[in-house]
Amino acid sequence: MSPRAASRLEELGYTQVYDYTAGKADWASFGLPLEGDHDSGTRVGAHVRTDVPACAPHDRLVDVRGRVLAAGWDTCFVTDEHGVVLGRLGRAVLTGDDNGSVEEAMSLGPSTVRPSLELDKAVERMRRQQLTTLPVTRSDGVLIGVLRREDAERALE
Amino acid sequence: MLMPVDREGVRSLLEQGAQLVEVLPADEYEYERLPGALNIPLKTLDAETAGPLDPGLPVIVYCYDQQ
Repeated sequence: MSPRAASRLEELGYTQVYDYTAGKADWASFGLPLEGDHDSGTRVGAHVRTDVPACAPHDRLVDVRGRVLAAGWDTCFVTDEHGVVLGRLGRAVLTGDDNGSVEEAMSLGPSTVRPSLELDKAVERMRRQQLTTLPVTRSDGVLIGVLRREDAERALE
Repeated sequence: MLMPVDREGVRSLLEQGAQLVEVLPADEYEYERLPGALNIPLKTLDAETAGPLDPGLPVIVYCYDQQ
């Protein structure tokens, strides 16, 4: 649709016409702001905890465990040097006594959502799948944070 | 000549004063839109509805996605 609009504007004499073909789906999934009746405040991105801990695959579990638990979390995301989510350490690993590497202990490829997902739909999904948290990443896989179900449900009250 | 632009290009052009135009129907524009975008649905796009656009500045058009 937008290429036709761009073409029509050129026919009308506009000479600097750009076509953002990826459109608002791309914009929103990258966590950029939206206006309108369903603006950014109604989306997951506005309710994400961005202070969730992250670590690297080569980190030692013993080091990560202490840091994560001391910060009051029971989960930690494993990311590469660009912040892309590779895996996750859950409560069982973080409270256990395995002293290997993060890479050996992590769960691979956790399911993630985009910050543009509407909050009520995220809560529906968490209830259906009995999840207490949902990792939130940009469309390029970079970790933004985690949506906690209790935060999301409180926001919808 | 049509000039495709990506997300970073859009942000850069906006800093230079570009005008954003969503060409989807009004109800979709009201639902969600990029900040500051005008709405000129494709079906209504003509010289009159494009009138508010400054021809001296870049114009970026977009819809929902590549469909």
